[in-house]
Amino acid sequence: MKPWIVGLGIGMVCFNSLAFEFNGQVNLEHRIFFEDGQQGQEKGQSSIVLQPEFYWGFHGGNTSVTFVPFGRLDSMDDQRSHFDIRELLLLSVMEDYEIRAGIGKVFWGVTESIHLVDVINQTDAVESLDGEDKLGQPMLHITSVKNWGVLDAFLLPYFRERTFAGKDGRLRPDPSVSTSAEYESSKEEKHVDVSLRYSKMLGDWDLGLSYFVGTNRDPYLQSQDNALIPFYAQMDQFGLDVQGIVGDWLWKLESIYRNSLDEQVSVVSGFEYTYVGLLDTQWDLGIISEYLYDSRGENLQSPYQNDLFAGVRVTLNDAEGTEVLLGVTQDLDDTDVYSGKLEASSRINNQLKWRIDAWIFDNSTPDDFIELSIDYYF
Amino acid sequence: MINKKSITICMMIGFLFSPITMADDNRGLEIAKHRKAKDKGWGDSVSSMEMVLKNSQGEQSTRVLRMSALEVDNDGDKGITIFDQPLDVKGTALLSHSHAIEPDDQWLYLPALKRVKRISSRNKSGPFMGSEFAYEDLNSFEIEKFTFKYIKDELIDGESTFVVEQIPLDKNSGYTRQIAWIEKKRYIPLKVEFYDRKDSLLKTLTFSGYKQYDGKFWRALSMNMVNHQTAKSTLLKTNKLAFNIGLTDSDFNQNILKRVR
Repeated sequence: MKPWIVGLGIGMVCFNSLAFEFNGQVNLEHRIFFEDGQQGQEKGQSSIVLQPEFYWGFHGGNTSVTFVPFGRLDSMDDQRSHFDIRELLLLSVMEDYEIRAGIGKVFWGVTESIHLVDVINQTDAVESLDGEDKLGQPMLHITSVKNWGVLDAFLLPYFRERTFAGKDGRLRPDPSVSTSAEYESSKEEKHVDVSLRYSKMLGDWDLGLSYFVGTNRDPYLQSQDNALIPFYAQMDQFGLDVQGIVGDWLWKLESIYRNSLDEQVSVVSGFEYTYVGLLDTQWDLGIISEYLYDSRGENLQSPYQNDLFAGVRVTLNDAEGTEVLLGVTQDLDDTDVYSGKLEASSRINNQLKWRIDAWIFDNSTPDDFIELSIDYYF
Repeated sequence: MINKKSITICMMIGFLFSPITMADDNRGLEIAKHRKAKDKGWGDSVSSMEMVLKNSQGEQSTRVLRMSALEVDNDGDKGITIFDQPLDVKGTALLSHSHAIEPDDQWLYLPALKRVKRISSRNKSGPFMGSEFAYEDLNSFEIEKFTFKYIKDELIDGESTFVVEQIPLDKNSGYTRQIAWIEKKRYIPLKVEFYDRKDSLLKTLTFSGYKQYDGKFWRALSMNMVNHQTAKSTLLKTNKLAFNIGLTDSDFNQNILKRVR
């Protein structure tokens, strides 16, 4: 067997060789806010982000260790300057089983506007507003891949508190969220959480069922002595996610039932339709629309109680991989409550890429901004 | 009167030509079947490839990718493509279960989010990674996807070939027809012309550097796609290729996307 085949790493080849890979990225980011902050913060906020990745593969990749440290240095906000271990994970594959132990990240779900069923990792909320950046989660994760579907079992021995912008930062409530959290469980962050997920592909449909018992990743923010204290309650959560292709339409549904400090049923459902070859060009136009519901009604915990997300994604299909996404979330109970976002990116060369992210909000906050980034990959 | 007359003439022409057309259809299909049969039994393969994209000013950019593929009897093949370069998409992987008649199933793995996304296979006419290859150009050759018509014999570069017209049956195909030059000796394509939805010549694909594997299967290690309408081109070079690695169905399920390297 030729050694390069091992390097292809698609399992299978049992070989006592060691493969090492090193790569990563550095981002330079600058936010320009259109107005001064509510507490007099400046309009400019700069950041540098470093995220290298180390990978060691053994036995043709059937055993591997991945290490991804992460760090951000922010010019304005001490709380946004932070370090995390995104991944330090041992993976071992044995026939139909995969075992992962260490710190890792897991994504569940199908929708674009909000990620309801995705509950394993804590959100690294100072990173971005879309909730897609996550803190590394300590875990023992066993996956069983069978004809009847895929079963994932998780043991989560340590809880991560959500990050929030600090006093000096922008995009924060007033007063800012305290760094000293409170817990329902006497074991606090050492409470051991358990979760299961079953997923199965049924023809044109993908189905996922999940259960979680343990510390609620979403804190209840409680006002105390002119401060907001995050309170982490216990919870049970049942989740369902479904997506399917019907003709040119991609249909999506996520729903949860959560019993925590309060009881909730939340649903997000919608579609993605892609129009290929717009106006005789190579461009693709994707139309995304999702309806968001939360049984608890409008409050601090559930901003999306009866909202509609609508977006368009234009993919240029050029050599630079240029993409633009424009999206608006509108509260259907209150026309004055909305937010809009723009995401655009394109490649400069093999190692460089630019990004533009912009957000506008309703009149309740002066934090509309545009963020320019240069990402360098190595 | 004129109408009746022209209908009669049309019918007569139709009557005159239909037996010949049928014979050509049959011959076209026979050639395609023979081509497919000669390539049957390759099992599974892994390859590493490079795509060199050139724009009309001659500026180049390169993509580095690896592919693994599994032959599926009586259906389209299964494949995983892993991107190594450009570096911003490193680790992105595309899983596809192609089908002879039904639309293909495709999933994309985004490593930064650890997310597996199902994608609509309708965009088969769209460009692959910004190149001149459309997704459908890279799919396995399946008889059920086309109707065939033998046109003529032709000598190209000293090789005698069958010239066969292939009309895609899928309404989402970006082409009205393709003309393939199939070498008679080995039943391998040397050249394919692609005609767009307005039936004008869009692209020409030329195959070169054919190499034989397992004493049986011929693979072109160099495929050059030239777009005549934009003057852009893409050269797809296979740097390494091996067969019979022992890949099975379980190497091509969605779950595997979360750990491909």
